[in-house]
Amino acid sequence: MELSGNDWSGEAGGSPDVPPRREHLVVIGNGMAGCRAVEELLARDPDRYRVTIFGAEPHVNYNRIMLSPVLAGEKAFEDIILNGHDWYRDHGIELVTSDPVISIDRQARSVMAASGRTVSYDRLLIATGSDPFIIPVPGHKLDGVISFRDMADVDRMLAAADVGGDAVVIGGGLLGLEAAHGLTLRGMKVTVLHIMPTLMERQLDEAAGWLLKTALEARGQTILTGADTDEILGETHVEGVRLKDGTLIPASLVVMAVGIRPNVRLAREAGLAIGRGVHVDDHMVTSDPAVLAVGECVEHDGNVYGLVAPLWDMCRALADGLVEKPSGYRGSVTSTKLKVAGLDVFSAGDFSGGDGAEDIVLRDAARGVYKRVVVKDDRIVGAVLYGDTADGGWYFDLLKRQADIAELRDVLIFGQAFASGGGQADPKSAVAALSDTAEICGCNGVSKGMVVSCIAKGAKSLDAVRAGCKASASCGSCTGLVETLLALTLGDDVEAGPRTMCKCTSFGHDDVRREIVAQGMRSTPEVMQRLHWLTPDGCASCRPALNYYLLCALPGEYIDDQQSRFVNERMHANIQKDGTYSVVPRMWGGITNPRELRAIADVVEKYDAPMVKVTGGQRLDIFGIRKEDLPAVWADLNAAGMVSGHAYGKSLRTVKTCVGSEWCRFGTQDSTGLGVKIERMTWGSWMPHKFKIAVSGCPRNCAEATIKDFGVVCVDSGYELSVGGNGGIKVRATDFLCKVATEAEAMHYCAAFVQLYREEARYLERTAPWIERVGVDYIKARIADDAEGRDALAARFLFSQSFSQEDPWAQRVADDARQHAHMAEFRPEGGMA
Amino acid sequence: MIADWLDIGWLDQIPVRGSRTVPVAGGEEIAVFRTGDNQVFALVNRCPHKGGPLSQGIVHGHSVACPLHNWNIALATGSAQGEDKGCTPVVPVKVVSGRVLICRASALQAAA
Repeated sequence: MELSGNDWSGEAGGSPDVPPRREHLVVIGNGMAGCRAVEELLARDPDRYRVTIFGAEPHVNYNRIMLSPVLAGEKAFEDIILNGHDWYRDHGIELVTSDPVISIDRQARSVMAASGRTVSYDRLLIATGSDPFIIPVPGHKLDGVISFRDMADVDRMLAAADVGGDAVVIGGGLLGLEAAHGLTLRGMKVTVLHIMPTLMERQLDEAAGWLLKTALEARGQTILTGADTDEILGETHVEGVRLKDGTLIPASLVVMAVGIRPNVRLAREAGLAIGRGVHVDDHMVTSDPAVLAVGECVEHDGNVYGLVAPLWDMCRALADGLVEKPSGYRGSVTSTKLKVAGLDVFSAGDFSGGDGAEDIVLRDAARGVYKRVVVKDDRIVGAVLYGDTADGGWYFDLLKRQADIAELRDVLIFGQAFASGGGQADPKSAVAALSDTAEICGCNGVSKGMVVSCIAKGAKSLDAVRAGCKASASCGSCTGLVETLLALTLGDDVEAGPRTMCKCTSFGHDDVRREIVAQGMRSTPEVMQRLHWLTPDGCASCRPALNYYLLCALPGEYIDDQQSRFVNERMHANIQKDGTYSVVPRMWGGITNPRELRAIADVVEKYDAPMVKVTGGQRLDIFGIRKEDLPAVWADLNAAGMVSGHAYGKSLRTVKTCVGSEWCRFGTQDSTGLGVKIERMTWGSWMPHKFKIAVSGCPRNCAEATIKDFGVVCVDSGYELSVGGNGGIKVRATDFLCKVATEAEAMHYCAAFVQLYREEARYLERTAPWIERVGVDYIKARIADDAEGRDALAARFLFSQSFSQEDPWAQRVADDARQHAHMAEFRPEGGMA
Repeated sequence: MIADWLDIGWLDQIPVRGSRTVPVAGGEEIAVFRTGDNQVFALVNRCPHKGGPLSQGIVHGHSVACPLHNWNIALATGSAQGEDKGCTPVVPVKVVSGRVLICRASALQAAA
């Protein structure tokens, strides 16, 4: 979709091929349909039209389907932007936001916006989408009753969740369940009211609906089916909901998610032909040849669609028509592959059964899998999959092609791999067998053919495919498919992206992290199950990484898996070559006192430690402690007020300091004091690798702050911050990040940087290689230049710290010192002890 | 021949994907492992490489990764896996009614 090399000087009368004046295409609606139509048009002929897009919302084009992950806290708004400001700018598109079009004058060929601005058009595209349907029960206008349709609704829900309390979601369809899931994750107590007997009855049959309900209830939601809302209660603000059967449910927030209806108001007032939606022909032209319409607001051949896949088909037909190569839209057969609250659900076609229809069903209770394929005259007419939707695309492809499945019938239900040659079949052959129209990426409507053509145009890596056709660029669940297509198309020419985490998986670290967040995965077994781990319980390499990624993604929720921790972190001490341990108590900012020194001396004597050594990080390391003595050593050190120094962990180690202005004749600021404060803020935090901080009181840099992961050098006018230093195998000096004026700022930037590292570096990647990989400019952009992002990072860090600042020594002494003891002892002469 | 098997405790005393140790007076320590699929294995608690305490490694599948240098040792055979060579003595072990029993003679021999 790059602009071609020729410029637009044709407007001033240049090349005869370029028309002197470009026609003006005005688009009403800056949503998924409107922008997609423009994208398709630009791909065909970037110079043909001058484009103006009106959006009612204040935002650039974003992925409405991904509002649920934003609500759930899995994504930020920036992550779901489809086309940023640079896209509009690069293509010369004028974007008018927060100024909805209020009328269309077809005679004058112009539209008028709320602000009074009038813009004339040659062609008009109506892409006004749909509006949420609000049931007009008493109380529906109360403050606190909202829909779930746009970013503003998400913001309202987040504000309500901040206060907490009870929420009622009316509507047990996809949208309602997504809202309920998000609000549950945000800490609200959620009740879902659904008027039908089973959830998502339009997509799922009874059995799958029941499985879904059971799974959601297990996550703490209350689901009431057959629930008919009588009234929303409250004076000015929502206080509760009463059902027709008299049930009262308290609520401070009511989300209405009962459905949507095409937004046809503008089209109707302009006198266009309207049915349930704006009438369009096969080229998406309305009853006025100069006016087109696309998306959820249209009715084509009697059908109105509320899913994305038809929208992509429509936009292609529309763009073909606009460049006068009409292809025509013939309606869409739809399938739905969904993740409802992280649960996989798929449906396609007609699964209502009926005359001549036969069901083939597979239930695997232990795996939580339910599959049902509806067959008529040896053709698939419908499919419902729950729990394992990997074969959804295959069934849908067979359905769309009306393929004869008589030969496959016996093994059809076991999925493509089995049907095409047994359980050991090469997964690549399954992908190779997909037709070109088979959908690969549901989020962005990308088919196999589109991915292959993107690869043919030169994309040689996953990232290049993501950039080129957007496949796998949103939720990422199709990453494996895209990688297989790369391998099939290019063979050995695929440019390796990030390597896989280990031999247990085909995913790289970044993929796994993204999937954990996107799918809301909550435990190591779940990650291994969902991402198709090749080994039963991972290996010594992936298990600690997964444990960390989950801890980082879900602070306070994820329960640490001790057995996935390296011995040092399990023993809270460093294993040495003879199998004994060394123990390092924390010395805040390198400061100590007689009581602590005495306690350390006592431990050294009492447990016969053969050596005690001053470390490079200004602490004392006690060597040669036996495993079984560790709990007692910790208890003794705890008793003197000392806590674990985390010298063993992938975690914050030390904050090294010099004496600073308090004693040093050169010191400019209180570097020791600041070091202590920073250590108090950061201790206990788990990281991708060990992390060291230092604060020097003047540019003489006695604390060696410029070879630490985060370094502060105090100067007269403030604090110079630098990052990414390493004194290890490969010495690396820090990169300068920025300078700040106050101690508070220095701490704030430190928290933000630590969190960015925690969230984005790969496990066992120290800050130095991480920064070299992503570039120091990226770090500056995130920490120094983006105040809002910096605040959010720091806030997430401090939130996470509220759970992790517990002394593991004290905890383990109390909990399970037993784990350090022998199970039994065996004395050959005397038998068992 | 009850004496052939030594009762060393309840299976539940060993964490899943973890291990406990049993020292043998005058000999080497024995490490008793419990895997993710609830099988139990016992080895001398010493890596064939540099003597690392295998009991402190990460248990995955039916292997344990030595905590010192990450050699992977098969729990069933005691053999180092992959390119690495070496073997740690195995001690027969079984679970009866939730109690873990190790073979007395092998424990003595292995630990000698």
